[in-house]
Amino acid sequence: MQANIFRVLLNAKNSYLLGNLARYQSTVAGVPIDRSIYFLSKIDKDEPKFNKVLIANRGEIACRVIKSCKAMGIKSVAVHSDVDYNSLHVKMADEAICIGPAPSIKSYLNIDAIIEAIRQTKSEAVHPGYGFLSENMEFARRLAEMGVEFIGPSSKSIMAMGDKIMSKRIAKEAGVSIIPGFDGVITSEEHCLQIANQITYPVMIKASAGGGGKGMRIAWNDKEAIEGFRLSKSEAASSFGDDRMLVEKFIDNPRHIEIQILGDKHGNIVYLNERECSIQRRNQKVIEEAPSTFIDPETRRKMGEEAITLARAVGYSSAGTCEFLVDSQRKFYFLEMNTRLQVEHPISECITGVDIVQEMIRIAKGHKLKISQDDIKVNGWAIESRVYAEDPYKNFGLPSVGRLSSYKEPVRNIENVRCDSGIEEGSEISIYYDPMICKLVTYGPDRQSALDTMVQALDNYVIRGVTNNIALLRDIVTEENFVKGDITTKYLQKIYPDGFKGKSLTKEQTNNLLAIAAVVYSKEILRSRTIKNSQVKSNPNSTFSLYIFDHSQVAHRCQISKEGDKFVVTLDDVNSLTVSDSFSLFDEVINASLGDQNVTLQLISKEVNGDISLQYLGTKYKLRVMTENSYDLLKYMPKKKQVDLSSVIISPMPGIVKSVAVEVGQMINEGGEICTVEAMKMQNKLVAQRTGKVKKINTKIGDQVDEGKVLVELE
Amino acid sequence: MIISQVIRNTLRSKYLAYTGLNSMKLSSVFIYNRNYTQGLSPSVINSLKVKNDLKEKRDNAFMGGGQKRIEQQHKKGKLTARERIKLLLDEQSFVEYDAFMEHRCTDFGMNKEKYLGDSVVTGRGLINGRTVFIFSQDFTVFGGSLSSVHAKKICKIMDQAMVVGAPVIGLNDSGGARIQEGVESLAGYADIFQRNVMASGVIPQISLIMGPCAGGAVYSPALTDFTFMVNDTSYLFITGPDVVKSVTGENVTQQELGGAKVHTQQSGVAHLAFENDIDALIRLRSFINFLPQSNRDEAPIRTSDDPADRIVLSLDQLVPLDNSAAYDMKEIILATVDERDFFEIMSDYAKNMIVGFARMNGRTVGIVANQPKVAAGCLDINSSVKGARFVRFCDAFNIPIITFVDVPGFLPGTAQEYHGIIRHGAKLLYAFAEATVPKITIITRKAYGGAYDVMSSKHLRGDCNYAWPTAEVAVMGAQGAVKIIFKGNKDINEKEAEYIEKFANPFPAASRGFVDDVIEPKMTRKIICQDLDLLSTKKLKNPKKKHDNMPL
Repeated sequence: MQANIFRVLLNAKNSYLLGNLARYQSTVAGVPIDRSIYFLSKIDKDEPKFNKVLIANRGEIACRVIKSCKAMGIKSVAVHSDVDYNSLHVKMADEAICIGPAPSIKSYLNIDAIIEAIRQTKSEAVHPGYGFLSENMEFARRLAEMGVEFIGPSSKSIMAMGDKIMSKRIAKEAGVSIIPGFDGVITSEEHCLQIANQITYPVMIKASAGGGGKGMRIAWNDKEAIEGFRLSKSEAASSFGDDRMLVEKFIDNPRHIEIQILGDKHGNIVYLNERECSIQRRNQKVIEEAPSTFIDPETRRKMGEEAITLARAVGYSSAGTCEFLVDSQRKFYFLEMNTRLQVEHPISECITGVDIVQEMIRIAKGHKLKISQDDIKVNGWAIESRVYAEDPYKNFGLPSVGRLSSYKEPVRNIENVRCDSGIEEGSEISIYYDPMICKLVTYGPDRQSALDTMVQALDNYVIRGVTNNIALLRDIVTEENFVKGDITTKYLQKIYPDGFKGKSLTKEQTNNLLAIAAVVYSKEILRSRTIKNSQVKSNPNSTFSLYIFDHSQVAHRCQISKEGDKFVVTLDDVNSLTVSDSFSLFDEVINASLGDQNVTLQLISKEVNGDISLQYLGTKYKLRVMTENSYDLLKYMPKKKQVDLSSVIISPMPGIVKSVAVEVGQMINEGGEICTVEAMKMQNKLVAQRTGKVKKINTKIGDQVDEGKVLVELE
Repeated sequence: MIISQVIRNTLRSKYLAYTGLNSMKLSSVFIYNRNYTQGLSPSVINSLKVKNDLKEKRDNAFMGGGQKRIEQQHKKGKLTARERIKLLLDEQSFVEYDAFMEHRCTDFGMNKEKYLGDSVVTGRGLINGRTVFIFSQDFTVFGGSLSSVHAKKICKIMDQAMVVGAPVIGLNDSGGARIQEGVESLAGYADIFQRNVMASGVIPQISLIMGPCAGGAVYSPALTDFTFMVNDTSYLFITGPDVVKSVTGENVTQQELGGAKVHTQQSGVAHLAFENDIDALIRLRSFINFLPQSNRDEAPIRTSDDPADRIVLSLDQLVPLDNSAAYDMKEIILATVDERDFFEIMSDYAKNMIVGFARMNGRTVGIVANQPKVAAGCLDINSSVKGARFVRFCDAFNIPIITFVDVPGFLPGTAQEYHGIIRHGAKLLYAFAEATVPKITIITRKAYGGAYDVMSSKHLRGDCNYAWPTAEVAVMGAQGAVKIIFKGNKDINEKEAEYIEKFANPFPAASRGFVDDVIEPKMTRKIICQDLDLLSTKKLKNPKKKHDNMPL
């Protein structure tokens, strides 16, 4: 592998790669990045600045940091693993350096390799982004030794706040309200049970070094506590290399609201208002907004001041976030402090006008904050949807992988949209890293306008080749409770008690869907007859009698005829709809007038056998269109045999097999553990659907498996 | 009044013929009343009678072997001969030939059992407005067995298809020879075989096996350009399970012996298998859309919505850095062609080679590609034969060939050598070398050794040959080459690096003009479309000869 990379760097084909790079820069660097939203962070060209900043991260956050560097006139250095050689952050940076093979532990977590990269490129400062080494004291310490500035808080602050056990003690001493719990390390499963029973269930078991929902489990009883302890501990070990665990009381029906702070090295600290992050699944955020519908100015001020108090207590500088749980009485409890730039920082930027990354870089250079608390207002509303390469129908999102065969962000045609992403058409979402595709941010003068823009943006967002969670996001932002602002961290479980099943369509919406499918089908038939260099007899009639099976396998009779630039569609002999012939079969986004309304759908796929997949209101629907003739004869076709899925254990996503708990011939009870598959650092336990004897095991520990792979068969 | 009644009935029968409502047989038809025909001349009466007979005969012909047998056919999950025609052709476009032909066998009481049209329905019709000739064997009549009349009917449409230049589609569903007719039936087969051979390369011939096809009958599909099957309901074999059991003692089922799975995955006899009758016929319609009517036509150009100058960003990242890492060549094909629409042929057989039809800016092209995901994309016996046959079809029917190359060489080993990789590999070489259609070649990564020459190289009259920056045109991989050149040398690693630097890139080939240009992958589609336009006027002829002597 290394030899091959060496080869690429050596041989002359690299001149092509470099050529490519140069062109890319002219488009990214040549077109000035729109900074109109950063009205509080004007760039002062005369201010002393770093010459060169290395970004010790990948993906969207690396791109985000590079953009601010470019705006400030600072040279940027990207580091990358071998599989990331062609990724966007590498193309955007002024210099790029390979730091190892794909697994993070050998590249993005490889402190030695990154230190070497810093030396080689003579970078003066390092921005760690989030995740990876962003809260790693050892890394911060090594940088300090080298005299390289770490763009973030001091290692002392990281140590104080990054460790959840210590941060709670400090918060308690500073007079910040905290959740009851055990402020020490849990030593064993028995210890975990003992503490859990002391604080009483439900309890939250989480990794001391954790974050982002990884290494975190809620337990409602002893059995779940043991299981949660075991899984979280092993996840923590593989994700953070630190498996210290803690347990605390789990507060029911809370909101997750956090305060963004920004402090310089001269003791000036401001808070940039709150972010509402209650929409979560498995303790990982899905949709965030700023401000929160729930927080009044008084609470905002109180929370902001407590956050500042805490920050002062540890001499905090740079950007940081205090997470609070807020109960229905607007009582808030300090949860933890994230001593880094947060994923969801763009929404705070949108409503305050502050470029948080730019301020972090300035602060690291030793400059004073130019903004005071009085400058910071709540300007409008911003919402962030995290677009993930995930299947939302499985447990609100199981990671998926693939290559983006087509990818178009809805930024060109819609205003007030911001896309923070680190990928482009052709990029591969691999099992090695976080499956986030993009942070889709919309903003506006008020919440409803931001929501409306979000709906429009999601409808126009083209993602092909990778399963994604647009359907879930689109459904949430139009859901009644969400629209009212009536949300808690239990939102998803409450609204979708049986899991997310996709948008359920009204009769009228179903008709719209069927009508578009009929038009797509008819256009295809009509186009088949347009062979220019062959004798084609004209069609005796331009009316087609069709049947369409909708997404619930119900057949609908459909008459369709082309009349000028319109199609007239009659469904089930009663509903007549006029559809404009306003799109081509190559268009991924279909904009058509349908009766008296305008609809936006996406044409996902069309097969020659009449299978048409359309995305409508966020959800993908599979339809089958056939001629009346075919439909009449369908009854004679042999029925397809259904495969019994209860006797096989299938990998629900691509990943690596971490453990196999059974042997051939072993009896297993329903719900018994079969094996664990790890993907994107999440351990997923696969259990038997029914009681039975293990017939065959098709996998072993360490295997890399695809989605749908049969791992174990039962008799 | 009487006459109008006749006309109405005639119209009705015509309507039935068009719509194919075979289950609607009229039990009694009132034509004329003797009380009112007194004054009519005998010739008028006769004319009316003929008209009546005609109607009745058509109705009878329509029912094939009768309602009971039709129901049996349906129970097997199969459609009738006429239902199949109806689904395959454009509505109301079928023109039937020889509906009145009957067998002339008198032995074994056959003279008492006759069916109008006998055991096959023949005629012509339109698929998306273009003429095709079609025969559809009727299993409800004598199990679709082939009588001399059956053969004559097929020969008639084949002859006309040759004259007018239109494809022939055979829907096979036949128990085999009409044993009662003896040698007459065998003669019938041979007549069809002879026509299959004469039509080969003149008009596209397609066989869709929708039921049994056994014994000598299998050779007609085998001689045609494409053989498609239907899962579970069709099979093809020379000798059935009973004979196999008595001769070799093997116990096999029909499906194990010659089902769709066997022929699409193991034997390579069939090119594709479809889910059921309806699925097969619908897909066949879209398949025909790719083909020209005959070798006198150029490759079809359909309206395209996909811009010819589309930049395909995803191609830039598809080939992995590590030259031993696999990737899916199909992703490259799908991203390049119009609307990701690729009709793959033999998708389950010799998967290290991909062949199929697609369109570029609306124009049909044949795609030939190595598949690095399977057996590193090497050439072996099966993939060579698969590729050769496809290339020859494209060349015969004026379809430009686009070749994507990532080939590490021919597969080594005794299994390959003993089975004649030399002879079979030569077929692919031969096919590319003799082809005079536009040939465009893209080397995406490896093009090693003799396999480089074979895969539509410049040296085999390639019109436009390109390399991606990841291409390596060389005699072999660095490791092997260094071992030979520097045998016994201690600094083998250093030498390997030297070799890599020198040869593991597209420049040695480019500097000699063996590739015309090193192109950015994302520009591939645009460049191919431009070249196809340029090459649309290509004129190249091979020397005149009786016929070639391809290594078989």
